[in-house]
Amino acid sequence: MAAFVSREVERRIEALEIPWGPFGVDPYGVSRKHLAVGFSMAEPFFKHYFSVKVLGAENVPARGRAMLVGNHSGGIAIDGMMVIASMFFAKNPPRLAQGMVEKFMNRVPFASMLTGKLGQFTGLPEHCIRLLEDERLLMVFPEGARGTAKLYRERYDLVRFGTGFVRLAMRTQSPIIPFAFLGGGAAVPSIYNAVGLGRLLGMPYVPITPYGMPIPLPVKLEVEYGEPLVFQGTGAEADTVIEGYVEQVRTSIMAMIERGRQRRENFAEQTLKQFRAGSNGNGGAS
Amino acid sequence: MKILITGIAGATGRVVALHLLEAGHEIVGIDKRSFADAPDGIEMHRVDIRSRPAEDVFRTTQPEAVVHMATVTHLVARSEDRYRINLGGTRAVFDFSHRYGVKHVVFVGRHTYYGAGPESPLYHTEDEPPTAVGSFPELADLVAADLYAGSALWRMPDMTTTVLRMVYTLGGTGHGTLASFIRGPRVPRILGFDPLFQFMHEKDVAGALECALKARIRGVYNVAGPPPVPLSTLIEQTGRSSFALPEMAYRLALGRFGLPKLPAAALHHIKHPVVIDDRAFRNATGYQHKISEAEAMRDYKNAFPVALR
Repeated sequence: MAAFVSREVERRIEALEIPWGPFGVDPYGVSRKHLAVGFSMAEPFFKHYFSVKVLGAENVPARGRAMLVGNHSGGIAIDGMMVIASMFFAKNPPRLAQGMVEKFMNRVPFASMLTGKLGQFTGLPEHCIRLLEDERLLMVFPEGARGTAKLYRERYDLVRFGTGFVRLAMRTQSPIIPFAFLGGGAAVPSIYNAVGLGRLLGMPYVPITPYGMPIPLPVKLEVEYGEPLVFQGTGAEADTVIEGYVEQVRTSIMAMIERGRQRRENFAEQTLKQFRAGSNGNGGAS
Repeated sequence: MKILITGIAGATGRVVALHLLEAGHEIVGIDKRSFADAPDGIEMHRVDIRSRPAEDVFRTTQPEAVVHMATVTHLVARSEDRYRINLGGTRAVFDFSHRYGVKHVVFVGRHTYYGAGPESPLYHTEDEPPTAVGSFPELADLVAADLYAGSALWRMPDMTTTVLRMVYTLGGTGHGTLASFIRGPRVPRILGFDPLFQFMHEKDVAGALECALKARIRGVYNVAGPPPVPLSTLIEQTGRSSFALPEMAYRLALGRFGLPKLPAAALHHIKHPVVIDDRAFRNATGYQHKISEAEAMRDYKNAFPVALR
């Protein structure tokens, strides 16, 4: 393995329950080597740069099919990356969360290759069903691209959810683990989405921040996993039935976001107070 | 059982014929090409499948089963010929079979039926339509032949029809689309893409056909061998080296500088995988592949070593 792969990453890769073939790839083309390098690169971001706080990781089953369903936060995919990292670094034994990637990614050189080797496949129902039936852990953002396009001022909002994910979970009898992701909107404070520029680059849009480029700031991020929700049925029920279930998932996520927001605001206020008290005590040295 | 094999003189056809002969079947072969070293047990007829003499072979030999392997790809034949061979030939095989009381026809098709593309799913199942045919016109005749063969299921219900969609072959014969693509010492890749390739050894092709004949299954089935491997691994394990070109440069360089001459749409197949789910076939016939991906690649490497410079 590459020299900069940390011992922890190596140990955790070893603990993943993935059926590696003789050349270090699984039947989907997920590559052991690429995962090791990928997680080693994500490690400093997860642990230090964003110092991601993970709550309720025990709500995610240790093995077997399950669907992580949460809100988008942050104009670029740091939410997805950090959720994947949280399942790898903050869960014992670790699990590989496999996201459903926007279709355009598979057309882009390198992005197509790397997402595949890291187990992140195009968001197709076929992929969703196959991975769940294969007892994998799926990560879904039902807000879709509408969700990543949220601006800074909308960072605690939830936009409309698709309904497909509930149908797929019911069809495959998979539990849904709702999660709330907080801080992404502050890390990448988009004030505008440049659709024209995005089209030029083959992407849906490019988020623009007050400082221009969508480079994430070192903001503390949080991800909270809620209690699993299991919906009985075949997945072929009428829209009205499904919409009720979607609303339950949405409510669960919304409640976690609200709790998280209060936590963050209290934390910010206290820090500010401490800072002011501290600076006053120093005799106005600031 | 008396089995008639069309396209018997092809590299895979020969392996299949010898395997079925060894398994104790009586083999009749039809091919325009010669099969000079055919063993005694094989009754060889050098005729065009669409001709009257071919019909006479069906009439006089009265085979119980037919394995139709006489289809060609864009690498072998130009488009008019392809339509003639793939569609005309397939039609003739089914007509003759039905007319002369054949009980079981096995059409050997290809997994490229599903096509490769950025939005196509990994692991295709038999119920999927051939979505990529629009972007890869050179595949149209094979897709049409596959669907035409499938139509025998309802047109000729008294006869058992099996349509097999088989992955690429790779092994000692060096025959097939994939084997030809990686023949040279340096295999061109497209920069930023490393798709999975799924292949099976010729011997497993023969084994799978034997299983299909034995179980006399009806319907359309995907047939594969070991799990797929990335193109980069395939190149490395067959002793080749690779070089990656940006897609734009690749397009311009096709057919020049020793690069293979491929239709532009074939690039999809070097960028994106075509991987199939063969569980239905395994469940229906009890087939299990015998040769691993490592052995198949080694066999190919030993048969076609890259000359040292």
